[in-house]
Amino acid sequence: MKDKKHLSVSAIENGTVIDHIPAQNLFKVITILGLDRIPNQITFGTNLESKLLGKKAIVKIANKYFERDEINRIALVAPHAKLNIIRNYEVTEKMLVEVPNDIAGIVKCVNPKCITNDEKVTPKFKVVDKNGVSLKCHYCEKITDQEHMEYL
Amino acid sequence: MKNKSLVSINDLSKDEIFRVLDLAEEFERNPIQRIMEGKVVATLFFEPSTRTSLSFESAVNKLGGRVIGFSETSTSSVSKGETLKDTILTVANYSDLIVMRHPIEGSARYASEVSPVPIVNAGDGANQHPTQTLLDLYSIRKTQGKLDNLKIVMVGDLKYGRTVHSLLMAMSQFNASFTFISPAELRMPQEYKMYLDELGLKYEEHTDLAENIKDADIVYMTRVQRERFSDPMEYEKVKNAYILRNGMLEGTKPNMRVLHPLPRVNEINTDVDESPKAYYFTQALNGVYTRMAIMALILGLKK
Repeated sequence: MKDKKHLSVSAIENGTVIDHIPAQNLFKVITILGLDRIPNQITFGTNLESKLLGKKAIVKIANKYFERDEINRIALVAPHAKLNIIRNYEVTEKMLVEVPNDIAGIVKCVNPKCITNDEKVTPKFKVVDKNGVSLKCHYCEKITDQEHMEYL
Repeated sequence: MKNKSLVSINDLSKDEIFRVLDLAEEFERNPIQRIMEGKVVATLFFEPSTRTSLSFESAVNKLGGRVIGFSETSTSSVSKGETLKDTILTVANYSDLIVMRHPIEGSARYASEVSPVPIVNAGDGANQHPTQTLLDLYSIRKTQGKLDNLKIVMVGDLKYGRTVHSLLMAMSQFNASFTFISPAELRMPQEYKMYLDELGLKYEEHTDLAENIKDADIVYMTRVQRERFSDPMEYEKVKNAYILRNGMLEGTKPNMRVLHPLPRVNEINTDVDESPKAYYFTQALNGVYTRMAIMALILGLKK
């Protein structure tokens, strides 16, 4: 049988694979990590079957490694994400995302009367519920829940 | 509390709250102490609140300090579009402490982060007004002789009422039980009831006023405002249901006192004023002693 035409997503030699991203949040992950602004080679797949998530997405970034703090920024949108750190085609390390205690500069406060929506002030939150992920504004003390999260 | 800003009642430990109340008591006994001589307090009122600003000014004056500031923004550079940060950084050069009232929520926290001098929040939108809460606590302790195990009845607009929310949070540290009396549209928000549930504190909810104040130690009245109702018909139906009248005080406990953050419109009938249970004007006086204590502690003039 002749080779079917198919797009092969090749393994990367060095870099990071982010797996188990909810498909609907793929582009949020890309924005939050700033992957749309870096020159590295990136491949991603989405709407892949997943027992855990229904539809998942996966991103492979060549020659890029993330710091803990950096990767925890996606905890709000991809709390189950798993990172494979690849060196010389081998998975050398696996990392899970942790929901941080504090969040700054990622999400907008839902309260239109909050100072962070009125003046140039970086929004900061305490994570008050790690499972449902809801955020208490450091300034106006109002709660922003998952449903109302708008990313900066 | 020295050199620390006071932004939210939740910033104070139980010990710090007691320290403020004890010192306020000392100022009540001996109100003229010129310990603020040479100190300048700036009162920046980005929205008008005559009562609060006069209370602060009176407190500073009694302690021998001076007050600068504005009581509305149309004559200040804020009307030219100056940012809050710039206003604070400028005024901090002229003062030892800034008292600030602002319609935007979280503005006081932000000001405290950029300001080189301490900030006292005199109300940031619907969020916090900690000096009001402290004067309420002072009034409760003074009239009841204690803060623990009291029955607090809150009446009126419990949905938007900032003072009742802060008072609820503060009194929940003292094993209080609560009765909430309000029209259905203005009920106590779920988040506060959940908070009480978590602490295992008791509360009841009612829509009828007269029937539910008999076992109260404190009746805390607030105003039901027309503009809070989505349906004006609803307001017309309930507007007279939350007016406290002297006749309703019959059969209430002898130690019971009626509190109100003022200004009152008609929610406490004037025939209550003559009752020994009416405490709201003394409550306003207590605000002066409480604010003297807060400023003296923050400026390090008292320990």
